[in-house]
Amino acid sequence: MSTLDARTRERIDSIVAAHAARPGPLLEVLHEVQRDFGHVPPAAIPQIARGLNLSRAEVYGVVSFYHHFRSTPPGRHRLAICRAESCQAMQGDALAAYAEQRLGVRFGETTADGGCTLEAVYCLGNCACSPAILIDDEPHGRVTPERLDALLAQCSSADATGASG
Amino acid sequence: MSTRIYVPRDSGALSLGAEAVARGIADEAARRGIDVAIVRNGSRGLYWLEPLVEVEAGDTRVAYGPVATRDVPSLFDAAFLQGGTHALSQGPTTQIPYLARQQRLTCARVGIIDPVDVADYQRCDGFAGLRRALSMEPEEIVREVADSGLRGRGGAAFPTGIKWRTVLEQAAPQKYIACNADEGDSGTFADRMLMEGDPLTLIEGMTIAGFAVGATRGYIYLRVEYPHAHRILLEAIAAARAAGYLGTDILGSGREFELEVRVGAGAYICGEETSMLESLEGRRGEVRVRPPLPAVKGLFGLPTVVNNVVSLATVPVILARGAAFYRDFGVGQSRGTLPVQLAGNLRRGGLVELAFGPSLRELLYDFGGGSASGRPLRAVQVGGPLGAYLPESQFDTPLDYEALAGIGALLGHGGVVAFDDTVDMARMARFAMRFCAHESCGKCTPCRIGSTRGAELIDRIILGQEREQNLRTLVDLCETMQHGSLCGLGGMTPFPVRSALQHFPEDFGATRAH
Repeated sequence: MSTLDARTRERIDSIVAAHAARPGPLLEVLHEVQRDFGHVPPAAIPQIARGLNLSRAEVYGVVSFYHHFRSTPPGRHRLAICRAESCQAMQGDALAAYAEQRLGVRFGETTADGGCTLEAVYCLGNCACSPAILIDDEPHGRVTPERLDALLAQCSSADATGASG
Repeated sequence: MSTRIYVPRDSGALSLGAEAVARGIADEAARRGIDVAIVRNGSRGLYWLEPLVEVEAGDTRVAYGPVATRDVPSLFDAAFLQGGTHALSQGPTTQIPYLARQQRLTCARVGIIDPVDVADYQRCDGFAGLRRALSMEPEEIVREVADSGLRGRGGAAFPTGIKWRTVLEQAAPQKYIACNADEGDSGTFADRMLMEGDPLTLIEGMTIAGFAVGATRGYIYLRVEYPHAHRILLEAIAAARAAGYLGTDILGSGREFELEVRVGAGAYICGEETSMLESLEGRRGEVRVRPPLPAVKGLFGLPTVVNNVVSLATVPVILARGAAFYRDFGVGQSRGTLPVQLAGNLRRGGLVELAFGPSLRELLYDFGGGSASGRPLRAVQVGGPLGAYLPESQFDTPLDYEALAGIGALLGHGGVVAFDDTVDMARMARFAMRFCAHESCGKCTPCRIGSTRGAELIDRIILGQEREQNLRTLVDLCETMQHGSLCGLGGMTPFPVRSALQHFPEDFGATRAH
């Protein structure tokens, strides 16, 4: 397990301290760590456990239980495609297959250039506009492969602008 | 005075470009030197018309949709600010048949008001229920809810009044109201629409629940897949607090209620109430063995009311209009109204709130307009991933708890997902098992192991391997899961599987074998 640098350790301590007095704080802490770092670094688990007076096993158990928490950094963008029934009824499977082929990754993986992480989700509550996806927390409905291409192109051009600016 | 224009901030509308439309209207108005006030309301639930833009012309609101940004200049040219005619005209919003034929009680304000504006909420009868509750004894509030006939809208349909009475009767230093906003069922979005379109009604309902059972703290357990609902809920809670509707001395009554939103982390099982309580406590969302019931020993081991968003959001209208008013809607033991969500392969998906009792056919065709693909509808899943698949021959079943139970189906949270004739029901049955395996909390064996074995069995049946024997084993496995699982995930996954087998045997290779 890699170690954390001093700044990361400090930041995690402050997150833990901010929540420690609240009842049942672990999920809140993990959410904030993931918001800050994009994932929950495995090396942070002992520190979080100590801060909340929990065992490492308890913290690891929670991180690994929930699909939302990840142990590795995500890509610059997150594409979440709904795989549930309503979207399946509207060619969601074809859209999912297209996304895998277009990005050259399987669900759960990140593209080689670190541009995009492809995730499966089970329902975005946008079932009257199936198939539904989220890109970086922004919802898109009635998504066709062409629309997905356009949205991914927007992500890439945003990255290019960000890199040059 | 500036013209009021409504452009939804509902995430369904946003998913179809509402944000850009709102910006486009603001820019175009500025360019033309016209003073407009853009209100970001919830969605009316007519999703095939989203983004649905409404203009306040005199006393009526006139609708245009679906609006794209490129339509904005022509809308101005057509004098839409005065309700002018345009290719996208839908007429006065309340006269759109889909909406005009509904009976909106729970969702009465959704799409109408600014969701985070307390004054707007009050103008539309908001907080009338809470004001009445403030003058009542806890026992009276509980009786009112019990007399209304309200049953849990999350899916279990347990009488809300009985649950509340149990919590009221507990002596404890602290009690809780826990709102289950982990709306994970595919085909359901009523919770989301309420939280994004009228969150104050949920806040009001939870506060009334607090008064009724003697709880001073509430938690909303919200799924992480709803970032927009989260933002709107936080804004609404802050607005309610600032206006004196939350806090230590609500409206000067000396009564206290505080509310907090906790966000889940992508686990379907956390929609099960005991798993949700574990998650709220910061643990793995593993199901608890009942008894004790959450009403006796719930959050942090203390008496807790666990209710779904729709149930709690229905409480204000019951208190405001009285139990009899609400109870007069509906049929048999299914009283009041149900917000039905039409989803999947339908031309007109959306929210349809009606008194219990309309037939599935009426919803699918009269409201839903038949399939979006233009092909015949073949199967409909009612009640989420754990609900049965119904064939066309059962489309005349009325939507009420007993009628659906009578055909081995369930109403659940009121989600209706339609499939056209290209659906492969063996694949859908396999998906049900796979989904259960993916989401099982792992605590009980029938669910944890059964779901994986079930998916393998269906794979073999699809491949035609020892078909008859594997079918028998599958039915046997379903029996074990149904009766041996700790909670509804393992216990109800057999519903979609068995209904698919029963009604669509040809998809499992029945014709090849005979």
